[in-house]
Amino acid sequence: MRAGALPKLLLSPSVLLVLVCVYGYIMFTIYLSFTSSTLMPSYEWAGTTSYQRLFAQENWHVALSNLWVFASLYIGVAVVLGLGFAILIDQHIRAEGAFRSIFLYPMALSFIVTGTAWKWLLDPGVGLEHTMHDLGWESFAFGWIKDSDMAIYCVIIAAVWQTTGFVMALFLAGLRGVDAEQISAARVDGARTWQIYLHIIIPQLGPVFVSAFVILAHMAIKSYDLVIALTNGGPGRSTWLPSVFMYQYSFTRNEMAIGAASAVMMLAAIGLVVLPYLFSEMRKVKNG
Amino acid sequence: MRRKLIATVLAGAFGFAGTSLAADNSVEVLHWWTSGGEAAALNVLKANLEKQGVTWNDMPVAGGGGEAAMTAVRARVTAGNPPTAVQMLGFDILDWGKQGVVADLNAVAAKEGWDKTVPAALQKFSKYNGKWIAAPVNVHSTNWVWANKEVLAKAGVTSEPKSWDEFIAAAEKVQKAGFIAIAHGGQPWQDATIFDGVVMSTGGVDYYRKAFIDLDAKAINSPTTEKVFQRMSQIRKLVDKDFSGRDWNVASGMVISGKAGFQIMGDWAKGEFLNAKKVPGKDFLCFRMPGTQGTVSFNSDQFVMFKVGSDKAAAQAKLASAIMDPGFQSAFNVVKGSVPARTDVPDTAFDACGKKGMKDLAEANKNNTLVGSIAHGHAVPASIKNAIYDVVTRHFNGQLDDKKAVAALASAVKQ
Amino acid sequence: MADRRSTGLRADRIFLYAVLLCLAVLFLLPVYVMVCNSVKPLDEIRGGNLMALPIVWTIEPWLTAWSTAQIGVQPTGLKPYFVNSFLLVVPAVAISTLIGALNGYILTQFRFRGANLLFAAMLFSVFIPFQIVLIPMAKTLGVLGLAGTVKGLVFVNVVYGIGFTTLFFRNYYAAFPNELIRSARMDGADFFGVLFRILLPSSGPIIVVTVIWQFTNIWNEFLFGASFSDYSSFPITVALNNLVNSSTGVKEYNVHFAGAFIAAIPTLVVYLVSGKYFVRGLMAGSVKG
Repeated sequence: MRAGALPKLLLSPSVLLVLVCVYGYIMFTIYLSFTSSTLMPSYEWAGTTSYQRLFAQENWHVALSNLWVFASLYIGVAVVLGLGFAILIDQHIRAEGAFRSIFLYPMALSFIVTGTAWKWLLDPGVGLEHTMHDLGWESFAFGWIKDSDMAIYCVIIAAVWQTTGFVMALFLAGLRGVDAEQISAARVDGARTWQIYLHIIIPQLGPVFVSAFVILAHMAIKSYDLVIALTNGGPGRSTWLPSVFMYQYSFTRNEMAIGAASAVMMLAAIGLVVLPYLFSEMRKVKNG
Repeated sequence: MRRKLIATVLAGAFGFAGTSLAADNSVEVLHWWTSGGEAAALNVLKANLEKQGVTWNDMPVAGGGGEAAMTAVRARVTAGNPPTAVQMLGFDILDWGKQGVVADLNAVAAKEGWDKTVPAALQKFSKYNGKWIAAPVNVHSTNWVWANKEVLAKAGVTSEPKSWDEFIAAAEKVQKAGFIAIAHGGQPWQDATIFDGVVMSTGGVDYYRKAFIDLDAKAINSPTTEKVFQRMSQIRKLVDKDFSGRDWNVASGMVISGKAGFQIMGDWAKGEFLNAKKVPGKDFLCFRMPGTQGTVSFNSDQFVMFKVGSDKAAAQAKLASAIMDPGFQSAFNVVKGSVPARTDVPDTAFDACGKKGMKDLAEANKNNTLVGSIAHGHAVPASIKNAIYDVVTRHFNGQLDDKKAVAALASAVKQ
Repeated sequence: MADRRSTGLRADRIFLYAVLLCLAVLFLLPVYVMVCNSVKPLDEIRGGNLMALPIVWTIEPWLTAWSTAQIGVQPTGLKPYFVNSFLLVVPAVAISTLIGALNGYILTQFRFRGANLLFAAMLFSVFIPFQIVLIPMAKTLGVLGLAGTVKGLVFVNVVYGIGFTTLFFRNYYAAFPNELIRSARMDGADFFGVLFRILLPSSGPIIVVTVIWQFTNIWNEFLFGASFSDYSSFPITVALNNLVNSSTGVKEYNVHFAGAFIAAIPTLVVYLVSGKYFVRGLMAGSVKG
């Protein structure tokens, strides 16, 4: 149906709000990145100085290389585990609801809440290592969080813990939507369960992979609480991510222009990742 | 339903009528003092104000030594809705002064003679362009060492170390005796707190000022700086392997419980010892970082007063005056472990460590050996402070060697 | 033959349950640590093993966290901030869900130029890091006269919820049978008639997904809560942060864990009660393309 005045009118507040509060503010951030803003926004033009300074910061390079490690492992592991959990739960098991809830509940918690618990678990002095020693496994060593080279993997573990359940729910929804006739046909042909999953079911989950990837990718880029709660960026600066960098420079170092420049870089990265997805979403409704 | 939707939409577009119109006689205070002791100390202030009919609206935002609170201030000021007073440290105060959004307290200050009673080194942060903009509450000092007496005795350390070499020798003895020599929490600000003391101990007050307050390139590139980093490396060998990320009060706990011998930490650590029912002089020792006797590196919590409507100015002035009240300064600092920001407050209510702190402050003030702490934002502005943190913490975590650290420091302070 | 197969199957099943149980234990570990240390006296935490069950059980930390813990100058516990958070979350979730439904309806049932582009523009908004909007949003709230109020926080959370809620409803309504709507129109249903009598009544699954998603995100949100509220309106995350992150003084870990758990109860309840519908809703809505 062609839209009359009423639908357009009712849609317009949302459009206006998004236009101002998302795109307007993004423009503002881009503008800030070309100024000499420090503690608060200033409107003094400074050209590309803040970008030059951004790329001269060791911290920024650390944050970028961490993001690469973090995002690729986090997304990869969460997708594989999420799919695995979904398949396990899909085997008509008892207490399905209980297992699903157990894997899903971390999504309900914020890292302000779980950060301390994770910090303790990963701390060799009081956590897993200590417990294993108490239980008599003297040689057990797990001190990654204290190690500049390994601490980022602790952040990945906690992040995977938090979101795997959600990815599982996505896949579970996808699995339940797979055409049952094809599966029973394959069973009649004598295919084994794993073959059915590999050749029939998983290839049909394409859209779920896309959804999971996009949601995880945006979480990877936005992850902030997680790092602050778990390592506060340490040891040293070894677990900084671009989000931490942006917050630190904008709000605690009084270098708002550099913070804005880093935000612009992040937005560009997010854009690269999600634009293809946006186009595919746009095309979904054709009857419109 | 339809009406509600439209109402929502309209509300979004045009705003609601009712903003929070506070009563004239109230103050809103943004701070990050939320532990029992700190709150008890602030309650004295709150009670004093309430006696004068001023309502205290409490806006605590804890976390990261005020990081979250400073973010909140930005949003509040931008929205045109600043709190009456905000707890702040060092150069942050001056940075806000530059923005032209803070109040002018000169009238109160003149009436009560703040100029005469607050040390000049503190005034440097309480005033901007000759105007009082903040009321200082306390003076903390960072160059302290805390020690467990029993552990030292067991390790055969019998006397308080007076020089750097004696200190290292003592710490090594403690380590050999099977204890952790120095309890430390590997967070950038804690690494930098040690750095404060090491700089002072290695180069003295003049070097400290030249290199870290005036940012003189020659002083920073000097062999003294390399020696500072060598000494930081010495300390690094005396901490345990799990130091990274540990909270400072957990490190204090290690000294209290006899797992570790020493901790290098500001005077706020005293509260932890007192809370654990330890007696200064008997169970634990507090002494200046060896080699820094006679000097004090300080940081001072102040309440910056923001420009509020004229209807609230009277209450704001009452708040400022109540903060500077000698009775409050004594009561607050006895609880907080720091010393008063006024030099004319009697020391009768303070314990041995506190009395010593007050005496040291007065002497350092007189001898011009009172310097702002690098680690706590009283030597350089936030951007450079954090750039120094970067170098110190990278070096302490073994990512930079001593020589490279000097070069990194030199380029860090240039920006 | 048949016998062997069934024992083989049984071994499979045992293995399957063993794996699931191990994973469940791993997933519960952090919460186990929280709960078990929240019912221990502080001395036991300091001296002992954090994985061990308490020797002396106590509910004191829970009572402290709820009603007497130090949040600011006054020992109020988390109780008052719980109320603040509900005052914020309930309207914010309700409004953003309604907006999502409305947008989803308009974007799928009406044709106009640029509709897809508008939708993509809305969707992109879910990807922006919130730190960048802090300062300009503060200015906006100031101009609107909403600074420091619960209404202001509702406004902010509604704005940044539009993207997700619109996405959920649009995909759900895209798969909605057109015949139903057409026949309703024939019967004379107007714009709102179709929405309220046809679409919304059968939107149960996607409403559940939207409500869960928005409720959790807004309840757990800290940055906006700390920056856009004042003394009268700050939400539970800020209060919890004040409890856990106090700068000096004895860290009462047992109280911290109890407080953390209390703060998490509403979102946990929402997930546990409606977890089943969540998966169903995802199935019906956002996943199927």
